[in-house]
Amino acid sequence: MEIRIQRIFLKSYQVVLASILMVGLLLPVSAAEPDEDDEFDSNSSIFDPQVERRDVDREAIDTENWEIGLYYGIISIEDFGSSELKGASIAYHVTEDFFVETSYAQTEAGLSSFERLNGNVVLLTPEQREYSHFNVSLGFNILPGEGFIGESLAFTSSLYLLTGLGSTDFAGERRSTIMVGGGYRVLFTDWFAAHLALRDHFYDIELLGNSKTANDLEISTGFTIYF
Amino acid sequence: MERVIKIPAYLIALLSFVLAFGSELNADEREQQVVIVDSFIELRSGPGRGYPVFHIEEKGETIVLLKKKTQWFKVRTLKGKEGWVHEDTMARTLLTDGANFDSGNSDQEDFSNRAWETGVLAGDFGGATSLTLHGGWNFTNNLGAELSVTQALGNVADIRFANVSLLHQPFPEWRVSPYFKLGAGIIQTSPFTTLVQTPDRTDEIVNVGFGVKAYISRQFFIRAEYSSHTILTSRNDNDEVEEWKLGFSVFF
Repeated sequence: MEIRIQRIFLKSYQVVLASILMVGLLLPVSAAEPDEDDEFDSNSSIFDPQVERRDVDREAIDTENWEIGLYYGIISIEDFGSSELKGASIAYHVTEDFFVETSYAQTEAGLSSFERLNGNVVLLTPEQREYSHFNVSLGFNILPGEGFIGESLAFTSSLYLLTGLGSTDFAGERRSTIMVGGGYRVLFTDWFAAHLALRDHFYDIELLGNSKTANDLEISTGFTIYF
Repeated sequence: MERVIKIPAYLIALLSFVLAFGSELNADEREQQVVIVDSFIELRSGPGRGYPVFHIEEKGETIVLLKKKTQWFKVRTLKGKEGWVHEDTMARTLLTDGANFDSGNSDQEDFSNRAWETGVLAGDFGGATSLTLHGGWNFTNNLGAELSVTQALGNVADIRFANVSLLHQPFPEWRVSPYFKLGAGIIQTSPFTTLVQTPDRTDEIVNVGFGVKAYISRQFFIRAEYSSHTILTSRNDNDEVEEWKLGFSVFF
């Protein structure tokens, strides 16, 4: 047993040694570079042909224009009460002012007042009560700014407006849906943001014989990461 | 006993990888340096034109490029100040070898020579509101292949179709470039059961169309299209559907 433990320790020593070696090999390179920069500064001529050629590799600069996230909220499904909603979104930021976003969310509709009052009347099967919607929308950042916490913390933030087109899958049918909404986004780091959003979904539904426009309002909060 | 000891060994191995990877990243970052040739550049606190300027870096100083968000570069000065600089300002900086820094924005020429494109279109498919997602690859400046999926939601049915098409652009160098399109696919029609009691149908669909792609700026263009679809039904008559749509695309 002892020998076995010794062997295992030996193995981990080998790994430690290997990692020290690896770090050791890499460190001189990064340690040497600042010297090179100092030398470069003292030369002061930026056209010095002696300067080592180092192209800026644009591909190596990290671009953070995609934003992916999850949100959770409450949606009021017209005639069917309010339900908890879970959703996911992905956005591409085209300029500092506008972005394209697609989102998908799902929930389950509750009972309508009609069903509640008439005890044994059931309008929809459990399967038809499953509710989901998706949309592709255009977002506009308005009122960009900074939010402050205390003296030394500042987070960039923005209000945004959303307008989009998509579909709502409810009561066994898919319906063309218009979405309008907006939200507030706070970036805690360059790549991590918190959202508070309000979205309204309009679609025509003919569930109880006559057609009408349903209006499902949703409030949600969520997190996104930029990559 | 054995397990308790083994895990740290793996962790150490992982740590060494992280360390190796981490220092490699630092080495990469070091290379992304430019020298200011303008009399000064302004560092803003956020990636937008409204954010306040909190620092000014003078001519001749070296700055490190950290990342880019839309049109803004996050940079770090040698003294460790981090801020955001617009890419147009970056055009007035030099690489350490004296060449002009090119922020790599696409222009109309890149639009003419684009290889990949993707986008979204909204419109009308025989009276139903349609939404189309598409992706395409241009194998020459004139010819391209495209894959698209469309959902059209009308008052009586839910229609979905997938299409493969061939596109020909006679004048790829024009800013507003017309194209012709020939395609085939599969269409699925699900009538709303509350109105009509008919089963779902899956048919083949063929279509011809024409449209324009108009270059806006950077890697974006807008697109408008008209197509005429023929649905090859199992009935005696084929259905003819007209579609028009308008949308926004990105090219790479």
